[in-house]
Amino acid sequence: MSGELPFEKPLVELERRIAELRRFMETEGIDLREEIARLEERAASLAREIYGNLTPYQKVQIARHPDRPTTLDYIRGCLDVFLEFHGDRCFGDDLAVVGGIGLLEGMPVTVVGHQRGRDTKENLMRNFGMPHPEGFRKALRLMKQAERFRRPVVCFIDTSGAYPGMTSEERGIGMAIAENLLAMIDLRTAVLCVVTGEGGSGGALALGVADRVYMLEHAVYSVISVEGAAALLWKDASQAPRAAESMRITAQDLLDLEVIDGVIPEPLGGAHKDPETVIRRVKEVLVRDLRELSEVSPDDLRSRRFEKYRKMGRVFEG
Amino acid sequence: MLKDWFQKKPRYATLSPPAAEPAERREAIPEGLMNKCRGCGDILLSKELEKHLKTCPRCGYHFPLSAPERIGITLDEGRFFEYDEGLTSLDPLSFPGYPEKLARMQEETGLREAVVTGEGTIDGRPVVLIVMDSRFMMGSMGSAVGEKIARAMERAADKRIPVVLFAASGGARMQEGILSLMQMAKTSGAVARLREAGVPYISVMTHPTTGGVTASFASQGDIILAEPGALIGFAGRRIIEQTIHQKLPDDFQTAEFLLKHGMIDRIVHRKDLRAELSVILQIHGEEALHVGRATL
Repeated sequence: MSGELPFEKPLVELERRIAELRRFMETEGIDLREEIARLEERAASLAREIYGNLTPYQKVQIARHPDRPTTLDYIRGCLDVFLEFHGDRCFGDDLAVVGGIGLLEGMPVTVVGHQRGRDTKENLMRNFGMPHPEGFRKALRLMKQAERFRRPVVCFIDTSGAYPGMTSEERGIGMAIAENLLAMIDLRTAVLCVVTGEGGSGGALALGVADRVYMLEHAVYSVISVEGAAALLWKDASQAPRAAESMRITAQDLLDLEVIDGVIPEPLGGAHKDPETVIRRVKEVLVRDLRELSEVSPDDLRSRRFEKYRKMGRVFEG
Repeated sequence: MLKDWFQKKPRYATLSPPAAEPAERREAIPEGLMNKCRGCGDILLSKELEKHLKTCPRCGYHFPLSAPERIGITLDEGRFFEYDEGLTSLDPLSFPGYPEKLARMQEETGLREAVVTGEGTIDGRPVVLIVMDSRFMMGSMGSAVGEKIARAMERAADKRIPVVLFAASGGARMQEGILSLMQMAKTSGAVARLREAGVPYISVMTHPTTGGVTASFASQGDIILAEPGALIGFAGRRIIEQTIHQKLPDDFQTAEFLLKHGMIDRIVHRKDLRAELSVILQIHGEEALHVGRATL
């Protein structure tokens, strides 16, 4: 098995032993079925134990798994047809963000999302899914276009954050995110959002102000990367697991904090073990919600969205 | 007339050193009487510094101001009505050490939170003032900061009073995790309501304005001003240097850098700020509208 994560090691070793026994049984003709069945049972219970008790940091590792489905996988898997559109009409085309129009079960939609790569070459092209200002401005352009034509917007979030670089700052990364937030909270059309992998800080939120926000079961969403938090809090990025515990970044945490509207279950071990299943589940949620929200007027959508974010946070009135 | 403003004894200013110190202690601890300029290294007398609104008369370096100091030099004397002064943070994540840190910050700064909001006047014209204080946990934004800002802007929209923000913040507050991030959306909603109501919103970025505050309400002003030399940016300088593995130019992420790249409207020296805000308020004021109508 490729791309195994550190905490999966005991399970991977067990599976390897089962495979060995199978080979041995075939080549030597000795009946080991009972032994194999026993080990398989143990593997199944071990898998339940490992995957059923994932720590927040283990979820971070699953959320960043290179084989995890990306935005384009969800787009291809969910939409009947999709045309990708490019560029912010101002500076360039940021490949860390993809967007365009298509049909979802026959319904016209605009889709935008962060796009990371699968391998080094792709990641260099996609800047590891970390957008520059022009990426956010492309998304904004497409969302405003959707609003004009009364088309709902679907956003897929999967980024460790906006690109922290010189070129990003020169072109106003903070301003670009701020503009998106302002536009999204005011959008007179339905907006749905799914955090599919890592939701990193302002760069995630810039595509994440929505009527309904879902997270995949092992997705994480945080105000700062766990490494960044560890570096700031304890001056030591290797304390990331500790930061992950403290910051409440899992889908279940965010549901408890009433920041998201639902959690979409993943196959045992994570979305990358069975992309088809998770893509189907995402599609079911999107289709159901788009049908529901199509009944709501654009002005009501907008005022409900405003109220939803207005209530977020916990304060003490002394 | 302009000069007079800066002679005024602001109600909030607490710049002078305490007078009732024992003589020998005063000699041993010159801090409070004298300050070293972080810009040019000159030694400045506190009195001189206060006269120049905490800017260096030699090199123009702007020292950070506390929220009470800022309110004191901005508003007409003695006219500040504070909003939501009892509103404070909770510890929604049960974050290790957070309640203790809040208590310590409240003790040290005399503030309840990293932002002070309220109403006053500038040359008689009403403004809703939102002033962040970088001494309080780096001026970071958690639920209480977001809530106070949203409420202040909502009041401003209802009463049709222009908003002036003085931003000074390290960004979203880590200790409230995702709820801090969501304050970026909440405050953006409040700005959207201001825009809908046609109420002007002037953002003044002061040192430092970074992270989630830059990436939300501070960058959403109808007019964006900045103090000279202020650090303004999204990502931290160290993180950027680690990412791109090269040295950044000296003026990177300064107010001057942002002006050059077209991100802000004007850089204004602190001594001129009140006067400029006054002109902006005048131009956006009801009486200006009446003059316009009368000449039609």
